[in-house]
Amino acid sequence: MEPLSNRSKKVQKREMTFAERAYLPAIAQGLGITLKHFFKKKATVQYPEQTRERSDIWRGLHVLKRDENGAERCTACGLCAVACPAEAITMIAGERKAGEEHLYREEKYAVTYEVNMLRCIFCGLCEEACPKAAIFLQDDKLAPARYERDEFIYGKDRLVEPLKTTETK
Amino acid sequence: MESVDLIYKAIYILVIFGITLLIATYSTYFERKIAAFIQDRVGPNRAGPAGLLQPLADAGKLFFKEDFIPAKANKALFVIGPGIAMLVATMSSAVIPFGENLIVDGREIWLQAINVNIGVLYVFGVVSLGVYGLMIGGWASNNKFSLLGAIRAASQNISYELAMGLSLIAVLMMTGSLSLREIAEQQHGFNWNIWYQPLGFIIFLICAFAETNRTPFDLPESEAELIGGYHTEYGSMKLGMYLFAEYINIFVASAVMATLYFGAYNFPFMLELEAWLADMLDSVVAANNIVTMIGVGVMFAKIFFFIFFFMWVRWTLPRFRYDQLMKLGWQILIPLAILNVVLTGGAILLKEHLF
Repeated sequence: MEPLSNRSKKVQKREMTFAERAYLPAIAQGLGITLKHFFKKKATVQYPEQTRERSDIWRGLHVLKRDENGAERCTACGLCAVACPAEAITMIAGERKAGEEHLYREEKYAVTYEVNMLRCIFCGLCEEACPKAAIFLQDDKLAPARYERDEFIYGKDRLVEPLKTTETK
Repeated sequence: MESVDLIYKAIYILVIFGITLLIATYSTYFERKIAAFIQDRVGPNRAGPAGLLQPLADAGKLFFKEDFIPAKANKALFVIGPGIAMLVATMSSAVIPFGENLIVDGREIWLQAINVNIGVLYVFGVVSLGVYGLMIGGWASNNKFSLLGAIRAASQNISYELAMGLSLIAVLMMTGSLSLREIAEQQHGFNWNIWYQPLGFIIFLICAFAETNRTPFDLPESEAELIGGYHTEYGSMKLGMYLFAEYINIFVASAVMATLYFGAYNFPFMLELEAWLADMLDSVVAANNIVTMIGVGVMFAKIFFFIFFFMWVRWTLPRFRYDQLMKLGWQILIPLAILNVVLTGGAILLKEHLF
């Protein structure tokens, strides 16, 4: 039969040489390899004391940003929830009352805004969909492990960026 | 024997006992460390500085676990099994010469617990008793896996003891003595047996691996096929005793190998060093004691190297199949050992006729 490609190799079974049958040279070679690894640099990252370096575009825990005056940028348009492939985001929109201009930038705002961290796949599509540059995935924070499932539903209390005071900036 | 001698001896025996247990304890730590290093990991490093308290943590954990005896087990034998393993393991270090003599108050103290003229036979007898611990434990568990492990242990030990004894006969033919101290003294300086018995040493080394049930011959406990072999049903400190006995056996096997083939406490230029020290310090006694202590250090360095070698091999080689194990023992090692005996005998005769 014609070979389909010339990559096939002819396998032949040959008698093992005495050195191969004696097995000891192979053992010595193996011991050499393990000894080499003995002195190699270890790959371990001592986690609680030391964290692995993350990329600048790492997609970690979400944050809802405020504008330069400290008002929430989110206008509860729902585009992030639509964009979300895991359907992790829900929100309830509300109308801004008079006197709340310093709290919410637009006339409509999110009364509740919840991200389910168990559903979220951290793809960053919400970030891309947001027209108001309100939601971002941080590169320095992760959703930590918790004991209860409902603790993974992050509300506005844990998502909204804390107010920057003039002292701490 | 005077009472002072007895007291010295008692202290020495206690010290050796303590050292044996200490080395076995820290073998568990170094086993894990070496395993980790070979696999590019760090190993235990949480308990104490560099994880040095890890053995204590392990022992504490084992002591506090439930001491469980299976309902259908033979209770007496189930308890005796690990006891025998441990007792036999600690007994064998009694005849090993860890050093030459110390001179205190004009009294010679030999750094050997008992100098019996059949030291080699004693070690062999006691070590082969060790299989009773495994056998009894495996049988008393009333568990098929345990029994299989115990039977494997017994047949493996019997098979490899033959080759081990035969490889040793060549050494005994050369030294003409069964006393371990005598054998150690004959290897004075750099005149070690390994230069005359390389083949015998390799056979002895392989058999030592099989006798201590270490990888690549750890079929009695092969966790992948037999769950845990003879200690499947064991838990708590009874399991700890079995594992601990294994590490003591490694220590003893290392000490025996160092004594028989690597010159025990002897190191090159020891006579020259002693003469020079006696000249320097103007005291023969002090020079003798210093050289003896260096010798003890050398002996332990050799032992530690062999313990390291045991662990190094464990994390390099996979386990043998059972038929391979038996074939290696009966069809390769025993004929090789007999060949070694014949060659040694021929060499001794040749030497007598020519020189």
